[in-house]
Amino acid sequence: MTPVCRKSYPPPPVDEREVLRYAGCREASEDMLALLAECRRMAEPTLAFRLCYREAPVAVHESTCDIGGARVSSASLAGHLAGCERVILFAATVGLGFDRLLARESRLSPARAVLLQALGAERIEALCDLFSAEMAKEKENEGLFCRSRFSPGYGDLPLAFQAPLFSLLDCERAIGLTLTGSGLMSPTKSVSALIGVAKERML
Amino acid sequence: MMKFLDFLKTNTVLLDGGMGTLLQARGLLPGESPERWSITPPEDVRAIHRAYFEAGSHVVNTNTFGANLLHFSAAELDVIIKAAVENARVARESARAPQEKYIALDIGPCGRLLRPYGDFDFEEAVTLFRETVRRGVAAGVDLITIETMNDSYETKAALLAVREETDLPVIVTNAYGEDGKLMTGATPAAMVAMLEGMGANAIGANCSLGPRGLVPVIEELLATSSLPVVLKPNAGLPIDRNGKTEYDISAEAFADEVAALCQRGVRVAGGCCGTTPDYIHALAARVAGIEPLPIENKTDTVVSSYTHAVHFGGMPLLIGERINPTGKKRLKQALMEGDTDYILNEGVRQQEAGVQLLDVNVGLPGIDETAVLTHAVCELQAIIDLPLVIDTASPAAMEAALRRYNGKPLLNSVNGKEESMHAIFPLMKKYGGAVIALTLDEDGIPETAEGRVAIARRILDTAATYGIDKKDVIFDTLTMTVSAEPQAAAVTLAALRTIRRELGCHTSLGVSNVSFGLPAREAINSTFFALAMENGLSAAILNPHSPDMMRAWYSFRALHGMDESCADYIACVPALQPAAPSATQPSAAPQAAAEAGSALQKAIARGMHERAAELTRACLTTRKGLCIVNEEIIPALDAVGRGFEEKTVYLPQLLMAAEAAKAAFTCIKDAMAADEASQNTRGPIVIATVQGDIHDIGKNIVKLLLENYGFAVSDLGKDVPPEEIVAEVLRLHAPIAALSALMTTTVPAMEETIRQLRAQAPWCNTIVGGAVLNREYAARIGADCYAKDAMEAVRCAEQLVKE
Repeated sequence: MTPVCRKSYPPPPVDEREVLRYAGCREASEDMLALLAECRRMAEPTLAFRLCYREAPVAVHESTCDIGGARVSSASLAGHLAGCERVILFAATVGLGFDRLLARESRLSPARAVLLQALGAERIEALCDLFSAEMAKEKENEGLFCRSRFSPGYGDLPLAFQAPLFSLLDCERAIGLTLTGSGLMSPTKSVSALIGVAKERML
Repeated sequence: MMKFLDFLKTNTVLLDGGMGTLLQARGLLPGESPERWSITPPEDVRAIHRAYFEAGSHVVNTNTFGANLLHFSAAELDVIIKAAVENARVARESARAPQEKYIALDIGPCGRLLRPYGDFDFEEAVTLFRETVRRGVAAGVDLITIETMNDSYETKAALLAVREETDLPVIVTNAYGEDGKLMTGATPAAMVAMLEGMGANAIGANCSLGPRGLVPVIEELLATSSLPVVLKPNAGLPIDRNGKTEYDISAEAFADEVAALCQRGVRVAGGCCGTTPDYIHALAARVAGIEPLPIENKTDTVVSSYTHAVHFGGMPLLIGERINPTGKKRLKQALMEGDTDYILNEGVRQQEAGVQLLDVNVGLPGIDETAVLTHAVCELQAIIDLPLVIDTASPAAMEAALRRYNGKPLLNSVNGKEESMHAIFPLMKKYGGAVIALTLDEDGIPETAEGRVAIARRILDTAATYGIDKKDVIFDTLTMTVSAEPQAAAVTLAALRTIRRELGCHTSLGVSNVSFGLPAREAINSTFFALAMENGLSAAILNPHSPDMMRAWYSFRALHGMDESCADYIACVPALQPAAPSATQPSAAPQAAAEAGSALQKAIARGMHERAAELTRACLTTRKGLCIVNEEIIPALDAVGRGFEEKTVYLPQLLMAAEAAKAAFTCIKDAMAADEASQNTRGPIVIATVQGDIHDIGKNIVKLLLENYGFAVSDLGKDVPPEEIVAEVLRLHAPIAALSALMTTTVPAMEETIRQLRAQAPWCNTIVGGAVLNREYAARIGADCYAKDAMEAVRCAEQLVKE
């Protein structure tokens, strides 16, 4: 298993259409675009783009996966990781500053809060996409192929798998990401996931 | 053995290096608990401690980083801590090394984020840390180390726990990120302000970065701390070398970099992740030749929020006074109704108007001031990053609020009466803080400046007996009414000047009393404010929405060269212009009012809230509030609501309209008598996000719309236990409870809440909503209604009250 590495990124470009899609809008009036612009201005200084990751060996037996010493039973994950010998574990967050802004606007202006919520979702996805693409390229140079990312809660991979995953990634120390008693992530705009690495391209 | 604090006075103290890294080398697996390695068998941990002592460490940390009741049962925790301390003791006895050797109980973060951004309660955290500290002290450690904390609030909980359990010395180090701040936003100067006040003995940085990365953090700590500064960095960044984890800074390079910082004043040094006895050995060799620099006592007056420190003595500071119910009908009503959003709004508006601190006073007859003040402080510090001024006459309320405050607050106030000083100074000593001291005593307010200065001297003397430095006492020489006593202003200013120049203390005034009984009060107030600033006023408690006062402040700064190129002054001018009469402003002609009416509907539909408020005020000149509600606001909202249901209007638009309607309602409410307003509400509805769930945007949306449709809403917030929801329903005899849950993991809490409501408040109907719910699921957990969105929640509530 490789050590836990940390990484910070400059802000990836914002896809406004994606933000509006998350906010449930198929089209946007001028007023709404103005509000979105305002939200982007407010959010920009609060956003961080941090993640931590490490590579671990994986062994799949039927519907059980052994990942860096942690064992989890999940047919969906086992299917997803079939043919992989290694897996990249990562956790990413846009940070607590954004949660504070969201909390504030949720009290002052639910309209802005809804757009910020959507913006946060788009931002964390953009960060994960950036990292996944980077890893895919790196592995391709070694003649390996990355599977798409897979998070606790997908298919039958239990949310309870967050705890061992967080411990493997040392999330709190590495990027300030914690789990609440009910297993939610805090800061809220965060993602934890696994990327299978295989010798063969997925069919 | 010399006492640790005595040793620290004259020496550079060497700490140990990494523990986890070395245990991993001995076979600790990722995810495995290092603390259990203290027990079975103890040899590995003992060998590591001994190696550090032999490398030259004066202090080793016990292997108890994660030893707390969240991770272990009470019985196992007993064993782990006892064994961990015993291991360090055995190592100390067996080490062949001549230096002083101390054992520190190591305390790391508890692993859960505190409320409001996490779900772990502050007091639970204090109790958790106390359990660990108590066991460590009983096992016989020499000092306590609190380390790797990346949240200022959790750091406060841990330090408070230590101070409530023991007088042993305590070293506090935080994990700063690449931006030089904690994960929750605090700067090093903010941490110094808070930790010094609470009785830490040394303050610093550990983990997260290598020594070079921490240089800016260390520089800030050295510049602001009156305590020894601690540095315990990582051996750089981890790298993978043939399947083995190594760090990219060698022992020699590490020692050079850390020693260079010791030369600049760091007095306690060691290593964190990736460092080994070799690193400490190399460091010891270099530090041996460095003469420890004396620790300078800093005299700056500083208060802090969870993000930053604010210094007195530069430009005069503005303290917003608007969160104080005296003479404010709407705020009184908000406090009585528990309407926290109104208070938050007042706070945000003052921050936008440019204040550096916020005064918080909730004193009202018949109110539970301790509970309300604490609640207000917690809510304000969750969303506003200004330091707070905790303003109360009740020592009990003061203590409760200080305990929960995330930073170093300003206390308002103490005075020269013995009773006041003996109530307030012990609180400052325990929780930290600076205080506003009024120059009055048992005999009242002296008429002369000399009399007030004499009281100030006495206050400082008493403060000193409590170990409180004069830098933390800010004097208010009391503004009196000039129309009653011609020399009143002159006396206040003379006392101010003397205190500033001769006692060297900072000053603060509330200025508006000076003009009482006079016409055009703002002219007198702002001139007095300018005079006071010229006489050395450090801070003023004022209304930042007063253009005259703000003009005086901006002008003073421009004239004193505190505003480069007069940029702030120029920028403030347009904002401080008296509002030009707008086209739709009352010409009082019925026709104009009718136009304002239809324009109001449009403004609401388009979500223009300022315009909606302006038009509502225009309508109010000729029409009754209720008539505007029924003929303009409700029809406009209904049109938007129908659009939303027909999917031609999207959620953000619906909410923009709802906010505009709310702005219109607020104008109408302000114009109505309180009883008239309350006669026309429906409900009440108790609303909450259920226990375990920290998402509240959906709930807040529903609340906004319910209020728009005339429901009185009691909002309990997020992560609310079932018992609390039931209690509120019982208190209000509420016909409806609206519950929100976003995650599958929190639906059981919703089910439990409904179960308890059924048993104890059978009249109460429940409306539930949230991302994971659907109609069947809602029925299965026993809810009366399921609302797929906020509009449907309004329709359900209307239906339920009709039945």
